[in-house]
Amino acid sequence: MTDKPKLAVWKFASCDGCQLSLLDCEDELLAVADHITIANFPEASRAVLDGPYDLSLVEGSITTPHDRDRIQEVRRQSKFLVTIGACATAGGIQALRNFTDVREFMDIVYASPEYISTLDTSTPISAHVNVDFELRGCPINKNQLLEVINAFLNERKPNVSPNSVCIECKKRGTVCIMVAHGTHCMGPVTQAGCGAICPAYNRGCYGCYGPMETPNTSSLAAWMHDLGVSADELRRMFRTYNSEAPEFRHEGDRHGRENI
Amino acid sequence: MSDPHGGGTRTIKVDYLARVEGEGAMYIKVRDNVLEDVKLKIFEPPRFFEGLLRGRDFTEAPDITARICGICPIAYQMSAIHAMENACGVRVDGALRELRRLFYCGEWISSHTLHIHMLHAPDFLGYPSAVEMAKDHPEAVERGLALKKTGNDIVSLMGGREIHPVNARVGGFYRVPARSELSALREELLHARELALETVKWTATLDFPEFNQDYTFVALRHEDEYPMNEGRVVSNKGLDIDVSDYDDHFEEQHVDYTNALHCVMKPDGNCYHVGPMARYALNFDRLPDEIRNAAKAAGLGPVCTNPFQSITVRAVEVLYAVTEALRIVDDYDPPQQSAIDVRPKAATGFAATEAPRGLLYHRYTIDDDGVIKDANIVPPTSQNQKMIEDDLRRFVPTCLDKADDEIQYVSEQAIRNYDPCISCATHFLKLEVDRG
Repeated sequence: MTDKPKLAVWKFASCDGCQLSLLDCEDELLAVADHITIANFPEASRAVLDGPYDLSLVEGSITTPHDRDRIQEVRRQSKFLVTIGACATAGGIQALRNFTDVREFMDIVYASPEYISTLDTSTPISAHVNVDFELRGCPINKNQLLEVINAFLNERKPNVSPNSVCIECKKRGTVCIMVAHGTHCMGPVTQAGCGAICPAYNRGCYGCYGPMETPNTSSLAAWMHDLGVSADELRRMFRTYNSEAPEFRHEGDRHGRENI
Repeated sequence: MSDPHGGGTRTIKVDYLARVEGEGAMYIKVRDNVLEDVKLKIFEPPRFFEGLLRGRDFTEAPDITARICGICPIAYQMSAIHAMENACGVRVDGALRELRRLFYCGEWISSHTLHIHMLHAPDFLGYPSAVEMAKDHPEAVERGLALKKTGNDIVSLMGGREIHPVNARVGGFYRVPARSELSALREELLHARELALETVKWTATLDFPEFNQDYTFVALRHEDEYPMNEGRVVSNKGLDIDVSDYDDHFEEQHVDYTNALHCVMKPDGNCYHVGPMARYALNFDRLPDEIRNAAKAAGLGPVCTNPFQSITVRAVEVLYAVTEALRIVDDYDPPQQSAIDVRPKAATGFAATEAPRGLLYHRYTIDDDGVIKDANIVPPTSQNQKMIEDDLRRFVPTCLDKADDEIQYVSEQAIRNYDPCISCATHFLKLEVDRG
């Protein structure tokens, strides 16, 4: 069955959660494996087939000189390259180093920082190579992942909504927690895809899918302010899992104090 | 590569260890048929969590630290939450405490089952992956997937999603389930209990190399429960301390070839063993009779000292977690409030919980406004890293008459005995065997 398309899964700085999403497809995994060759997926298999690969899924952000070189090789070997998750798409939680001196972080964590090789920044994959599609989320949604794999292997556009989380609340029938309860919520500026889980659990969205298409972040920030959210808190809300996404970075910069 | 039976130097290395969570390598050097060096290298890029937590609000720590590991986010959430509650002088009991235990059962089931069926079993049966193994052993792989799904279904109900669930908070949960929602899990859990028992029996049919070790086991011990969220930190060599004294007895050391910190016991700098084997050895008497009987039927005594048999210990813990989840579901009486109010105060809080891979210690110092001033996190794999090297140092000499690729295979298996989570340990692996 050498004519089956070859899938590769690559890891950069990340928690492994997004690639785990593939193994979490308990009902679909064996069926998927019937239609593709899992050619390079170290978390799941010792067997590694040489490239080129039809589809590469890339998890994680670029934080070391070695990884900065490695992503170029991954791109060269990949017909399609799809980033999976907030780290690969917007630098991830570790991009908080971009707002400070990484040396300070190193001193806090490691007794001998001279042993550590790292870049000053955590950057998304698209800052280094051309990316064919970015799948959002911290973590990604496994059904969206199956859709993206299916779409690329059939050379069609993935059916992934660019709407905000608000649309998913409406579809789910969740009463708006911001309007009804004054709970501060990032849903209006956050890309859909999770299924609007947080509001359904009586919690405001915390923006783990990153900015939607053309988000009105300043309007949301004004609403938050009126709900009593402090400037420092606003800054933190935009600076968590997708702090390198330009829209969130820009809005975060407008509020609160530096060095928090 | 050189003659495995002759002299000279042999190097066996694996640049990128497979079927572990994260990026690591192994290096083994043999000179004149004597093992000279073993290194477990972790090149997973560091992400500096303890640094980036400073200045964040105390309520953010559970969700932020969950991002250390996509395989065991609940462990991070639970350790962070309990440490913050400890700092604020709050104790959460009753139904909320039971729900946290149910949530943790879900993670134990899904994480252990992933390791048993998809990462570890292929070693014993000679396949590169579970997908390949499924062609000859479909019933085993399908059983594993079904069990894993049950674990994930618990996590999804309690937490909203399988990975980085959103519902746990300092003080309790954002939303607690109705009795009917938990009851809906009952049929699935009853079926899962049968699958878990079959898994225990199935792991007992695997061939284990003879490799019994005199380990120092460290785990939590609770006065009447098999430990998850609380207990004293104890060992089989006389340690018995409160979690707040952890730093007096353990320390992390930074070695040059790895991005993970090596954790050792003070004052001698000795390695120790955390995880399912340690929990089981130190808490066998806390398991219900039916679980102990299943373990006994699968060839386990009250203490298991062969790390290759950890697959059976994990299967016993899955059986326990399913049984415990059933108990909690059946006894559930919804709490009045989804969370109790927790007000910050300037203090240092400590907690250790039992992640699937072992003891997970968190310590935070916060100020009166709840701002995190200092954070320290010691994941299970940093604690086991030196232990894994120690195992290799004893195990590799028993197989030096084998060819390099066979040594490599069994050495990788010896590493996977620990279900190492490299993402966690880097706050972890790649195999090199150097025969020169």
